[in-house]
Amino acid sequence: MPPQALDGLNVLDFCWVAAGPMTTKYLAEHGATVVRVESAKRPESLRRAAPYGGGVSGINRSGYFGNYNANKYGLTLDMRHPKAKELVLRIVSTWADMVTENFTPGTMEGWGLGYDELKKANPKLIMFSASMLGRGGPLEKQPGFGAVLSSLAGLTNITGWPDRGPVNPYGAYTDFIVPRFAVASILAALDYRRRTGEGTHLDMSQLETSLHFSSPLLLDYAINGVEPTRKGNRDPGAAPHGVYPCQGEDRWIAIACFSDAEWHALCQVIAPTGGGWPDEDRFSSLRSRKAAEDELDRLMANWTKGWEAKTLMETLQQAGVPAGMVHDTRDLFEDAQLQYRGHYQYLDHAEIGRYASEKSEFNLSRTPGKLDRPAPMMGEHNEYVLRELVGLTEQEYQSLKDDAVLE
Amino acid sequence: MTGVHADRLLSPYRVLDLTDERGLLCGKILADLGADVIQIEPPGGSSARAIGPFYKDDVHPEKSLFWWAYAVNKRGMTLNIETDDGRQLLKRLVQGAHFLIESFPPGYLHRLGLGYEALEAINPALILVSITPFGQDGPYAHYKATDVTGMAMSGLMYLTGDPDRAPVRVGFPQFYLHGAAAGATGAMLAHSARAISGQGQHVDVSCQQAVARSLAHAPQFWQLENLILKRLGSFRQNAGETKVRVNWRCKDGYVNFMPGGGGAGSARSVRSLLAWMREAGMPNEALEAVQWEDLGYGTGRAEVMDLTAEVVGAFFAAHTRDYLVSESVKRRVMLFPVATEADIFTHPQLEARGYFKEISHPELQASVTYPGMFIKDEGGSRVGIQRRPPLIGEHNADIYQGELGLTSEELKTLKQGKVI
Repeated sequence: MPPQALDGLNVLDFCWVAAGPMTTKYLAEHGATVVRVESAKRPESLRRAAPYGGGVSGINRSGYFGNYNANKYGLTLDMRHPKAKELVLRIVSTWADMVTENFTPGTMEGWGLGYDELKKANPKLIMFSASMLGRGGPLEKQPGFGAVLSSLAGLTNITGWPDRGPVNPYGAYTDFIVPRFAVASILAALDYRRRTGEGTHLDMSQLETSLHFSSPLLLDYAINGVEPTRKGNRDPGAAPHGVYPCQGEDRWIAIACFSDAEWHALCQVIAPTGGGWPDEDRFSSLRSRKAAEDELDRLMANWTKGWEAKTLMETLQQAGVPAGMVHDTRDLFEDAQLQYRGHYQYLDHAEIGRYASEKSEFNLSRTPGKLDRPAPMMGEHNEYVLRELVGLTEQEYQSLKDDAVLE
Repeated sequence: MTGVHADRLLSPYRVLDLTDERGLLCGKILADLGADVIQIEPPGGSSARAIGPFYKDDVHPEKSLFWWAYAVNKRGMTLNIETDDGRQLLKRLVQGAHFLIESFPPGYLHRLGLGYEALEAINPALILVSITPFGQDGPYAHYKATDVTGMAMSGLMYLTGDPDRAPVRVGFPQFYLHGAAAGATGAMLAHSARAISGQGQHVDVSCQQAVARSLAHAPQFWQLENLILKRLGSFRQNAGETKVRVNWRCKDGYVNFMPGGGGAGSARSVRSLLAWMREAGMPNEALEAVQWEDLGYGTGRAEVMDLTAEVVGAFFAAHTRDYLVSESVKRRVMLFPVATEADIFTHPQLEARGYFKEISHPELQASVTYPGMFIKDEGGSRVGIQRRPPLIGEHNADIYQGELGLTSEELKTLKQGKVI
């Protein structure tokens, strides 16, 4: 086994739902030992979220949970039990380099496990806390989740058609923006500790992070007072620039011509089958194409709908025109490039069966990382974690079981 | 070599940033964490400087707000790596650098003699981060990609938009931002490995993969249940027969609210809303009788969700956005405004946390409000924004004369030769 980037890093992980677990998944994929603390009595949302292995629901059967928790060890604690606090402090003082959590601010403190307490147990601890809106401030406890947060971050308002209401970017969109910033920050703190011996408490607001995905619009408003509008798929610097129908039901292709060269290349492809319209004067320059864009889009759609999406994408790319078929989720699994990169890694899970977990979106040439263990079943690694990793005696472990500290 | 910011998380590290508009965010993240990031632009300035919007609508390379947003906190120099002198100078800079970030088409640096192997020979500890649409190799590696074609091939677009029209992209280009942010993640993982081994490596980012990781459970739905999720406009499909409304029209705008959705918080949120509706004289007993607490994430039955859409929709339509939002905070209802830019600038939590940051642009005699940090650390002083975005070639003298020891005569020659 080649060495991995985070070999030897021990993480006690209280994260739940998507943004937090995706953050710690990067760590687990790249060599860290990540122990995921959960409640069996009150299982987290993703354990109860479809899809399930074979379509049959069950606490250990969610592919959603399975994706983000691959490579982690599972430990089930009853955090309301007084001895749970004691156990966590012991793990933090003897084993953990890092504690990660994304509860509503105040939750860890409520258990007596806020940063101040944890730091007493381990003065060099790095703690990572993420929440919807960040710690402190009047709305720190406002509940929420990523699907709604994209609206707060201004991304919903700008998405959709000019003649209709806004639509959310699909899913818990901002949940997947945050982890990239989170891991970079966590590892920067780790580097700082390596150099100085000092830990820290990192506090990430999902809203504050997500705003970086549209910051020029914020500057435009702050300086020029401009509120952006919904533009469908149009772009001020390109025409054609849109998504056009192809053969079959709900099949589409995106085409974008920013330069005249790209437009001329597109015309070459259209010429044999599409008629003479691309040669018309009104389409000769970007300015004229923008002026006649409704008509241009209509003619484009009329031409593309005779094509099979993938064939057209390949043909246009061959000609030097930026084009991409609109992938549905089946297409993603069949995409030659994603297959080449091993984007979906397949893991064998005792209840789910064989399931797909997404690897990191980058290849590291020397420490590639690996996804080689399925997400934990509820409480699956209680004994391993406490006996082997933390070093409890058989007697200590047994008494935690007897006292129902372990769920 | 130490960075320009003293005691910061990444102070000791120097980053050479050769990216254009496709990769700028990567270096900005490292700069915000305290690294000394030097943006290396071609003579005349980065192509990102041509991207609007512009300061006071003045189309000028020093006034691109796109550039400002993603180059802030970096230093800047110019260098033409397509000249022999330029390549020699870059190689000298690489000797003292810890990271080099680039977003050229695959193979471009290699053809210039600046591929990973060549750079590694100069500095074995260097981490090279390459941000491209599809990665360095593979069947689509040389495909052209713009935001809209990249988003199409990454799966997010199919799931976004109204069901009766074409899929839509997110209204601000996201494809390369995902890849650039992931570049910072990969860079720091490689950096962690270097701390152990002393050796650098090549970080090869695929923007397509980055966006394809942003689809929540949609890919697993296909893989495990052979179900292709669809875009549903204001609704979101959660499983085969269930959907949930996300976007709602109110009296004077739009709000977001997801009835059900799993977790104790969600059930409480719905209960709280139903109690509020009862107080307001719009009770609905059928919805009150639903066992929200027992619903998993997205398992509300279609008939329940249809009734919710109708009844809750009528309640929302009768009230203004501000009223709904402020009451929801008090009542712990998970309802949020579909925020405009104006809303973001007046958000009480952002204000209380001091999110926005005033940065002085002395050349324009202006103070500009920038989005602030994506992270706070204990005490808050080891991360942060220190400097306005660089002017074209602003730090040429500091670096070429101050660090590399070129004479002003040599500098003059290089300028005339369009090397810098």
